[in-house]
Amino acid sequence: MKKCVLILAAILVACKPAETPKEPAGAAAQINGAGATFPNPIYSKWFDEYGKAHPGVRINYQPIGSGGGIKQLSAQTVFFGATDGPMTDEQLKAAPGPILHFPTVLGAVVPIYNIEGASQPLRFSGDVLAKIYLGRITKWNDAAIAALNPGVTLPATELAVVHRSDGSGTTYIWCDFLSKVSAEYKEKVGVATSVNWPAGVGAKGNEGVAGLVQQTPGAIGYVELIYALHNKIPFGSVQNKSGEFVTASLASVTAAAAGVAVPDDFHVSITNPDGKDAYPIASFTWMLLYQNPADKARARTMVDFLKWALSDGQTFAPDLGYAQLPKPVVEKELAALGKVAI
Amino acid sequence: MSRHGDRGFRFATGAVAGLVLLIVLGIGFELTRQSSLSIRKFGFSFWTTKTWDPVAGDFGALPFIWGTLYSSALALLIATPIALGIAVFISELSPRMLRQPLTYLTELLAAIPSIVYGLWGIFVLVPVVRKLEVVLGLKPALGVGMGAAALILAVMVIPFTSSVAREILKNVPSAQREAAYALGATRWEAIKVAIGFGKSGIMGAVMLGFGRALGETMAVTMVIGNSTIISLSPAKPQYTMAAVLANEFTEAADELYLHALIEIGLFLFIITVVINALSRLLIWKVKAA
Repeated sequence: MKKCVLILAAILVACKPAETPKEPAGAAAQINGAGATFPNPIYSKWFDEYGKAHPGVRINYQPIGSGGGIKQLSAQTVFFGATDGPMTDEQLKAAPGPILHFPTVLGAVVPIYNIEGASQPLRFSGDVLAKIYLGRITKWNDAAIAALNPGVTLPATELAVVHRSDGSGTTYIWCDFLSKVSAEYKEKVGVATSVNWPAGVGAKGNEGVAGLVQQTPGAIGYVELIYALHNKIPFGSVQNKSGEFVTASLASVTAAAAGVAVPDDFHVSITNPDGKDAYPIASFTWMLLYQNPADKARARTMVDFLKWALSDGQTFAPDLGYAQLPKPVVEKELAALGKVAI
Repeated sequence: MSRHGDRGFRFATGAVAGLVLLIVLGIGFELTRQSSLSIRKFGFSFWTTKTWDPVAGDFGALPFIWGTLYSSALALLIATPIALGIAVFISELSPRMLRQPLTYLTELLAAIPSIVYGLWGIFVLVPVVRKLEVVLGLKPALGVGMGAAALILAVMVIPFTSSVAREILKNVPSAQREAAYALGATRWEAIKVAIGFGKSGIMGAVMLGFGRALGETMAVTMVIGNSTIISLSPAKPQYTMAAVLANEFTEAADELYLHALIEIGLFLFIITVVINALSRLLIWKVKAA
């Protein structure tokens, strides 16, 4: 027993210096963050690249989900959070201090489907998608779908509606768009990371939805644009506010962000924006920081990092499938970074 | 010195055993504490209402309870005869040479991670089930749903039930079989006597399988269709308690929502403890005899 205790003590002593390594002046120790899974690939890339250029800076990110990120940030167990949907007023009130939102990149959600004999990508409108997800439209050859797709022979197959079963920012964006274009959808379903679905089956993750849609004749689902691009899954175009049918692409997603007046706190939904080229089902993803962080050294590092991410860092986005922020938003954010008390 | 060692060892093992009990109690306590908001707000109606609406903050757990119990019961219905068949064959009929490899192979089923079962479910089982549903004219013929979940659970439960049942049969005193043979029983009749003797233990083995099925999460989530529907139809997508926890826990940022999810965890915890305790009791009864 005694020996064990001694060994334990020795291990503890040996470990201690490793936890607080000597740092170069001005740099902070490891910074921990947690939150949305959607931006994880670009955040990992950013932290890696930034760490290489700034030895001594180690930023560690846990993709545990937006909800988890907000929870951990509010409990102050992480230094920064990340979310796909802006924090609600209640959440902001419950936090121990004011929290600032900083959009980092843009994502989009696209409709995917599986019907035989569709020779060209299908076109959808918000109204039709809302009716499908409300269970109002049940057959592919419904007049409302046919009217949007002249020249396409649609089968009489029943629609098999697939949605995400796990709570997800993708669902949030999808429902946000459908709620904006359909009053009935807003009333019956609403906007959240998990909702009470009136129709369809739930599949886990983008891969679950895509898998089920590809297997099931007559299925329709929604996945992140990145997921569809990386896996070369064809997707439909969606009618935007100006009446144009827009296929999601990095450019049309950036255009969506440019079509919205971004408020000073950056709490803004950019679904269904103005602009002829804007893809209507898009969203910012945000990093969350306390306005008055207690740890000034870490705060300075984070602010420096964000300045880099918003400028040089943006060039990494397209390769990874994320749309870049529009210039005016970046400028506004760089100014807003001054609000962080460092 | 050696007596010190004895005492120390006894203390250490006793402490570890006590720790397990403490952990179980601690889990129960913490689950209750963390679900207090939902317990207070919904009371008993939490267990009897069907709406699960995170947007409106209206929570009822009935579809999950139904789905959990129904999928596990269906799985048992499929798995029990197969598992018992395996157990009887291995312990009573199989040539000595085959015994070891057969035991090993059935137990291997238990070693496969449930995510692998889930993937197998999505890519192999679900398309087959869908074809079957189309042939049988069952709507909505998606493949995912209660039927697929029950089938996958059955496969996962078989190794548990069969290995415990095998142990039970092994523990049946040979005097029982010898007596049966002495009375002129055929082999089949002697096996019946052995099964009769181990009846309550075999019941325990089945219940252990039930406990396993109740808590299975990942594989079920991937094939059950995750819809809050209460239906007897195996073709309908439904939901289980473990699945909704796995699905919604990470993104539940709202307090009441989180408490409602934890209350489901509490209920799942309680029934799993009860079912496992019952099955253990039944198994002990035979072993003691």
